[in-house]
Amino acid sequence: MKVLVLGEYSGGKVKDSTLATLGAAAKFGGDVDLLLIGPDAAGATEDAKSIAGVSQVLVAADPALDHELAEAVAPLLARLMADHDVLLASSTTTGRNIAPRVAALLDVSQVSDIISVEGPDTFTRPIYAGNAIATVRSKDAKKVLTVRGTAFDKAERGGGSAAVEQVDAGVQNDRSQFVSMDASESERPELTSAKIIVSGGRALGSGAAFHQLIEPLADKLGAAVGASRAAVDAGYVPNDYQVGQTGKIVAPELYIAIGISGAIQHLAGMKDSKVIVAINKDEEAPIFQVADVGLVGDLFKLVPELTEKL
Amino acid sequence: MKVLVAVKRVIDYNVKPRVKMDGTGVDLANVKMSMNPFDEIAVEEAIRLKEKGAATEIVAVSIGPAKAQETLRTALAMGADRAILVTSGEEVEPLAVAKILAKVAEEEQPGLFLLGKQAIDDDSSAVGQMLGALTGYGQGTFASKVEVAGDTVNVTREVDGGLETVALKLPAIVTTDLRLNEPRYASLPNIMKAKSKPLAQKTPADYGVDTAPRLETLKVAEPSKRQAGAKVGSVDELVEKLKSVGVVA
Repeated sequence: MKVLVLGEYSGGKVKDSTLATLGAAAKFGGDVDLLLIGPDAAGATEDAKSIAGVSQVLVAADPALDHELAEAVAPLLARLMADHDVLLASSTTTGRNIAPRVAALLDVSQVSDIISVEGPDTFTRPIYAGNAIATVRSKDAKKVLTVRGTAFDKAERGGGSAAVEQVDAGVQNDRSQFVSMDASESERPELTSAKIIVSGGRALGSGAAFHQLIEPLADKLGAAVGASRAAVDAGYVPNDYQVGQTGKIVAPELYIAIGISGAIQHLAGMKDSKVIVAINKDEEAPIFQVADVGLVGDLFKLVPELTEKL
Repeated sequence: MKVLVAVKRVIDYNVKPRVKMDGTGVDLANVKMSMNPFDEIAVEEAIRLKEKGAATEIVAVSIGPAKAQETLRTALAMGADRAILVTSGEEVEPLAVAKILAKVAEEEQPGLFLLGKQAIDDDSSAVGQMLGALTGYGQGTFASKVEVAGDTVNVTREVDGGLETVALKLPAIVTTDLRLNEPRYASLPNIMKAKSKPLAQKTPADYGVDTAPRLETLKVAEPSKRQAGAKVGSVDELVEKLKSVGVVA
């Protein structure tokens, strides 16, 4: 059993989402190869080598792999799968973009967003916005899986001594080109790996109120900032703040939902949080059905008070 | 340029799914079914491209039960020109859906494919990317902006770190995210008109595609439920509670 993990990195470090995917890879009990792609991949190899459980770090530094364009990356992965049995990619926008393209090249049915490995061919995954959990067995000889990061323990740094091998990408891609990236800059922790998240909803009423109320509380707690779909649609915050079925899936130690009613699509993204706090003026709001601690009242009064008293 | 739009009939967005007692799946009997919301966005985008003069014809395709015809009629009422229904008695996995769409594309030769980024029932988020592999075309997934210019489409994608724009050579595949547009409602006259628009009936066998499942669902269960906790009466009580469970210092 040989597992190939599509690695993601930034600033010379392997991302937390990839560490969680490596945690899932360890469940197969075989060799785990970690692939790093793109012209900056070399910078992350030292970190990658140090991760426990990684047998080999494969580095494909071809400039054509820059920006992880699926048209370029998928054929490389399909080729590497000739001597691997399982491909794991994180359920990030990168992994979700690339993995199904690899699966189809290999004529394999992908199992998306797994939350457990029950056996070498059997996995569980949420369906219907997490309202049901399916146990699925793959009959394909090779497996292509995406991994929900919040469901697995992260692989540890230290103790690893992986060999590093350069891989010739042999990429030809005339179908797609990177044009630009409008990155949302933030000094705050990354949403999917934050220990505390403060999330705001439509009840905030404006982008200005969002910034004035949610952000100071988040900063006091060293928390990441999230939002409901309604708040993103209304333009209070950028798209990558969205928590939910079609946004980011999070499971922090503490999730504070402010002015969020709790549509099933939002709950799908945060109901595995350890402690959920809800502040909402509507005591019938569905968010209170999943909240460990609820506070009913006017968020414009309660949130500044909370920020001050913490 | 012809645009091919794929639509799926799924449980309505507002219905809370219930797991069947026998653990074989989700109970869809007597449940309201609708067009997958992301597919509605795809249909809307196709119509807008046609209104702008970038598209000439919109072909809507659905793969599913006979009742998916209703979903296609909705697409026609919104503004698609004609429809193709590929009927299958059993659930068709994303890989087989992509194979059928690739075969339809061989016949139809569309310049652009628009699909929802995921279906809200199985949440796989795979068909568009798989279609990309099978056709060799470029893919712009999770799109929040689509601009056709000459033989290229620029797609702005909602990615984890912000917004990324890629340029794809046509033909190309675009999968739609929530903020691409707000789908229109079909007007009554258009709903009437849609009834006489052409709708071709096919089967996977017509396209030579084997839809035998590769995945076996062993069990479908309810997720572990959270118990609702207690409400507190003041911010002081809330702070006290957070300290007592140790999540804040």
